[in-house]
Amino acid sequence: MAKNPDIKKVLVLGSGPIVIGQAAEFDYAGTQACRSLKEEGVQVVLLNSNPATIMTDKDIADRVYIEPLTVEVVEQLIRKEHPDSILPTLGGQAGLNLAMELEESGFLKENQVRLIGTTALTIKKAEDRELFKETMEKIGEPVASSDIVEDVEAGLKIAAEIGYPVVLRPAYTLGGSGGGIAKNPEECRETLENGLRLSRVGQVLVERCIAGWKEIEYEVMRDGAGNVITVCNMENIDPVGVHTGDSIVVAPSQTLGDKEYQMLRSSALNIITELGITGGCNVQYALNPDSFEYCVIEVNPRVSRSSALASKATGYPIAKVAAKIALGYTLDEIKNAVTKKTYACFEPMLDYCVVKMPRLPFDKFIRAKRTLGTQMKATGEVMSICTNFEGALMKAIRSLEQQVDSLFSNTSSSVSTEARANGYDFSGWEEEGLKRQLAKADDRRIWVIAEALRRGISCHEIHEITRVDRWFIDKLAILVEMEQTLKTEPLTEELLREAKRLEFPDRVISRLTGIPVQKVRDMRYDAGIRAAYKMVDTCAAEFAAETPYYYSCFDGSCEVEASSGKKKVLVLGSGPIRIGQGIEFDFCSVHSTWAFAREGYETIIVNNNPETVSTDFDIADKLYFEPLTPEDVESIVDVEKPTGAVVQFGGQTAIQLTEALMKMGVPILGTAAEDVDAAEDRERFDCILEQCQIPRPAGRTVFTAKEAKIAAEELGYPVLVRPSYVLGGQGMQICINDHDIDEFIGIINQIAQDHPILVDKYIVGKEIEVDAVCDGEDILIPGIMEHIERTGVHSGDSISVYPAPSITPAIEAKLVAYTEKLARALHVKGMINIQFIVAGEEVFIIEVNPRSSRTVPYISKVTGIPIVPLATQVICGHTLKELGYVPGLQKKSEYIAIKMPVFSFEKIRGADISLGPEMKSTGECLGIAKTFNEALYKAFEGAGIKLPRHKNMVITVRESEHEAVVEIARRFQKVGYRIFATRGTAKVLNANGVKALTVRKLEQESPNILDLILGHEIDLVIDIPQQGAERSHDGFVIRRNAIETGVHVLTSLDTAEALVTSLENRAKELLLVDIARVERR
Amino acid sequence: MKAFLILEDGTVFCGNSIGSDREVISEIVFNTSMTGYLEVLTDPSYAGQAVVMTYPLIGNYGICTEDMESDRPWPDGFIVRELSRIPSNFRSGDTIQNFLKNYDIPGICGIDTRALTKILREKGTMNGMITTHVYEDYAEPVMRMKNYRVTGVVKATSCKKKYIFDPLVSESSLSVDRKENRLQTCAGEGRKVALLDLGAKKNIARSLAKRGCKVTIYPGYTPAEEILAANPDGIMLSNGPGDPKENVEIIREIRKLYESNVPIFAICLGHQLMALATGADTYKLKYGHRGGNHPVKDLTTGRVYISSQNHGYAVNPESLNPQVATPAFVNVNDGTNEGLKYIGRNIFTVQFHPEACPGPRDSGYLFDRFIEMMGGNQ
Repeated sequence: MAKNPDIKKVLVLGSGPIVIGQAAEFDYAGTQACRSLKEEGVQVVLLNSNPATIMTDKDIADRVYIEPLTVEVVEQLIRKEHPDSILPTLGGQAGLNLAMELEESGFLKENQVRLIGTTALTIKKAEDRELFKETMEKIGEPVASSDIVEDVEAGLKIAAEIGYPVVLRPAYTLGGSGGGIAKNPEECRETLENGLRLSRVGQVLVERCIAGWKEIEYEVMRDGAGNVITVCNMENIDPVGVHTGDSIVVAPSQTLGDKEYQMLRSSALNIITELGITGGCNVQYALNPDSFEYCVIEVNPRVSRSSALASKATGYPIAKVAAKIALGYTLDEIKNAVTKKTYACFEPMLDYCVVKMPRLPFDKFIRAKRTLGTQMKATGEVMSICTNFEGALMKAIRSLEQQVDSLFSNTSSSVSTEARANGYDFSGWEEEGLKRQLAKADDRRIWVIAEALRRGISCHEIHEITRVDRWFIDKLAILVEMEQTLKTEPLTEELLREAKRLEFPDRVISRLTGIPVQKVRDMRYDAGIRAAYKMVDTCAAEFAAETPYYYSCFDGSCEVEASSGKKKVLVLGSGPIRIGQGIEFDFCSVHSTWAFAREGYETIIVNNNPETVSTDFDIADKLYFEPLTPEDVESIVDVEKPTGAVVQFGGQTAIQLTEALMKMGVPILGTAAEDVDAAEDRERFDCILEQCQIPRPAGRTVFTAKEAKIAAEELGYPVLVRPSYVLGGQGMQICINDHDIDEFIGIINQIAQDHPILVDKYIVGKEIEVDAVCDGEDILIPGIMEHIERTGVHSGDSISVYPAPSITPAIEAKLVAYTEKLARALHVKGMINIQFIVAGEEVFIIEVNPRSSRTVPYISKVTGIPIVPLATQVICGHTLKELGYVPGLQKKSEYIAIKMPVFSFEKIRGADISLGPEMKSTGECLGIAKTFNEALYKAFEGAGIKLPRHKNMVITVRESEHEAVVEIARRFQKVGYRIFATRGTAKVLNANGVKALTVRKLEQESPNILDLILGHEIDLVIDIPQQGAERSHDGFVIRRNAIETGVHVLTSLDTAEALVTSLENRAKELLLVDIARVERR
Repeated sequence: MKAFLILEDGTVFCGNSIGSDREVISEIVFNTSMTGYLEVLTDPSYAGQAVVMTYPLIGNYGICTEDMESDRPWPDGFIVRELSRIPSNFRSGDTIQNFLKNYDIPGICGIDTRALTKILREKGTMNGMITTHVYEDYAEPVMRMKNYRVTGVVKATSCKKKYIFDPLVSESSLSVDRKENRLQTCAGEGRKVALLDLGAKKNIARSLAKRGCKVTIYPGYTPAEEILAANPDGIMLSNGPGDPKENVEIIREIRKLYESNVPIFAICLGHQLMALATGADTYKLKYGHRGGNHPVKDLTTGRVYISSQNHGYAVNPESLNPQVATPAFVNVNDGTNEGLKYIGRNIFTVQFHPEACPGPRDSGYLFDRFIEMMGGNQ
């Protein structure tokens, strides 16, 4: 079968903002698929509300719409663009759900648009619990005994029949939202109520609990002719019960014999065949560890996080192949893009071991519950490859960038045992406490197991408690034994070699042996113990492969081919997606790589994130899938000897490698290392500001809580306290008294002990952000952005508006002048990002980042200025003028763009959702339009804030805001809202002529504010909490409950005002903007 | 104990000894399967060869005796990157370390198996030596290696006496696969199949028994007349080791089977011998196909199946007389022949392994086709 000639124009649906359970993997899949379609001469129309994605670039698709992913928008888009087909399987659950709604309503048929990639019936069979169960029963595939319920009472009845514990899974939700294990009727009732509401179709599956079984996944593919293959299988180290997105996962499976492997493989192929999927599919199994009994947990009839992982783990480009299959090709007609000799119709064979570890956000939400369950909590993940499991695990641990570099974490003994446990150090724990902790599945489990092993708790006992397979526990034991050996025995060459084979970093060896790290390194180099690089080739070396995708090991020969003689650039990626460092930096890394290639460089990417475009096998000339630590990078440098490295596009991860690269003798391309340091070092930076005569909020650099309190006294409360050298405001807090300082410094010390702490005066004002490109002489400012929320809310969590709507020409001139002065003073070559406070006529500088920022992708898209390629060209020695740009602030775009943060609060139990200087959002979407109001409306729509539903809202604000809230409340009332308020707020509102019903406080008897929220009749809660650490517990409970019942909560009056403005100006028909047509003015 | 793998091109790998520490010279071949090391070790087709596993972690799930494809391991040597310190599987009865020792199989671990595989891929299959002896000079052992030929392996691996396959012996393995099990009519009451054991894997007989066949297993050197005299409904030619052309006598007998009108199904060596018996030619592949991921295309339907493979020789499709046989399957990767159908005869043969073990079971339907050729289950 060949390509279907009727497919000429395809609408590809993206997955929208990054939220927990739906992250960068869909940009990776979508981008690969779009390129694959274009390669076949098919026109691609793309819809995605997320501007930070590569798929929304005009190089990737022919028509690009960054618009809300709603049924109305897709319908309008189809009527405008007339695609003949729609490819819904690449945009995650969001894309799939949208396509299903359009299909079910008959809209697609009416407009002669066909679903390609898979049929509606197939999606239904896989996604509808009842139909899925029937289908599985028909082909004799076992599913855990279960039933679908649509109301709570039926659910309780079924649960009683199946027997507790039961697993509850709402149908059609993301990352298992609203699901969980219930051990008794009370828990069951609670989870059911929640799950039923969150499910798109109001269904929850009540299922036999198979916790403790092995969790195994298969990634399978099928083409239209019925050919089926398995790309990869994966085994979760955590048994069933922990969401696979939160589990440590190994590929291929390690503890399955051929009988089990083939049994499940055959089952997965039977399932994909019966479902009639054309494309990729993920099947999850629970396998009884004591028999051949298994059951199918779930089938995802689309590309997924797991398929991205499988692609990176094997080198097999699932999304690319899935797109070709959607066009009508069969697997045996599609070339294997890695070997370029064989075909896509084969099964990858690995000759290495892959470990994936989740990146969990508990460093951001320090009060959140760390327990892992069926609800995914990870924001991102890292992957590592090695010739042995131990090495792969060690590499994954240090790739996480969570201040831990091995299983052996020795935090400062001056802090409490609990605080040390937050830093993965359980050494102070009692044996009983450890055993209790072992029983809990949380993100620190392998460290707890390691500590248990150190105490001599047997492998068998640990297995009995955790149900983690003995094989994995034994591997952890091997690592623990190596620690002990290094501690007790002389460091011989043989021992060093073995420690390196297990991927112990020099730093850890040094810590364990007491030998200085430089000496360990010298010993290693003298003995020739150097990292060697092996190729990921899909075929275990059976065929020669042409794609240079490498991983390191210490027990083999190096396969890296000699250099091409071209100039070579090392592009350092940004590691795992986490709050504060998201997909934007991958966007920047990839664009910079492409730009370097156009400049004639050989490009080398180093990164460890399997979800991203940057780690796709054909982005750079060479890909090193490695941790981003100085030692790992140095090993690559030893082999590649690059002309230079670029650090300004990979977020803080890359910036932090600047000093190490300098020491290795690798020139930093772009802004020099010492200038990077000048921007980050408080004192040096203060000097520069003084020279330039630019004011900043008064501040001090301190190291201890005592010094911080003195500084705060001098500056006057409130003050901002934060560690230096971090991103996303990590650890940043507003302190209103000494008590706050004590508490925050304690927290800061856990995350960044080596760096000083900054204490700044907190100034209330407007926040302004500028990205600029400087060639050393001239500066280009694509645009000025203004935040809706005043200072005190992290820029990443603020609604950002381009062009800044409320600044005067005088202020604008000042901003431009300051930006130019600073860029020159810092000798910036490439990107710079500056954040300002505007208070009255005064402009203060808050922060300078000598690198690309989170706002670069969206500003590039709305202005039509390719900022990253431009910065890269500048780094390569071109001047802005010779590139055809007039320096200075560029003309405003004809469009207004509003970037809206998107949060995943409902996924993280116990996390405080109130906005502050610490960033909490996981993603963003964009509203782009000719008018401010339409852009704002689109931005809220894109963020999923669809109002009104019940037209009821709750307002509870702190006293200082009483005055400000009146007008906002009045406007909400005018658009039809009934307002409930706590006594103080209600009094003020009523006194000012805004009708508000008083609702009892939390601690008062029912019905109180909580009952009201849980009663599901509330659209919106506006809750403005107290500042500082002494936040009321009530407010926290209210916000949490609201979020967990799906009620929108705003914690800033500025956001509330923006929302009501948007409601007042609801557009009837949106004007859809094709970004690909936006030209620079 | 230190051990060395010396290749005939002079390459030396230094690692640690596993299993027996006796010195052995053999033909070095690699297998890319990620699971199924026990099935590989007990596959008689590896007689006369030492196997490199490209997957680096071997022994993870120990030894499940019921998964053995014959009564003992056959390779001369076993070459791995790492052996698991502990086995973990509910069926495991022993460790791979003990298994290799008990059967006196020499081996080496701790070497860069990927580098070794690349050498074999680039230069082709070659001979080598596994030894714990420290040689000062490699000239002498290399000379011995160069003289090594795989010979007499069919005789060595084939059964010595005819017997009737008893499926109950491997019942626990049958219960592994519920689905195939459901197809099972009562074993032994269906078609009578004569299985010519050229070094057969047990799962061939098991696959037939599962489909209700009564399977009689004959030694490889059984005269055709004896087999035909038993009046079987069908004849199955098994897989087996070595250079097919070496089996001159067997080829002669197979020619007679070809002439009979009994339906024949042949796998691997059986497929090659049938081709040789009917005038076609075989040749040695550069480094063979050994693994569980080879795509083969059924030329009748156009469907592609992922197959289990283990062969160093192949039938040259150029040498086929189109009046006698035409290609039925082809390898999608390299275009080599993977199966033949015989014109005017109730015979078809495949190069790959529909009996799997280890590897994918996707082509198990070929046994059903064989049953159909015999007239279906009564």
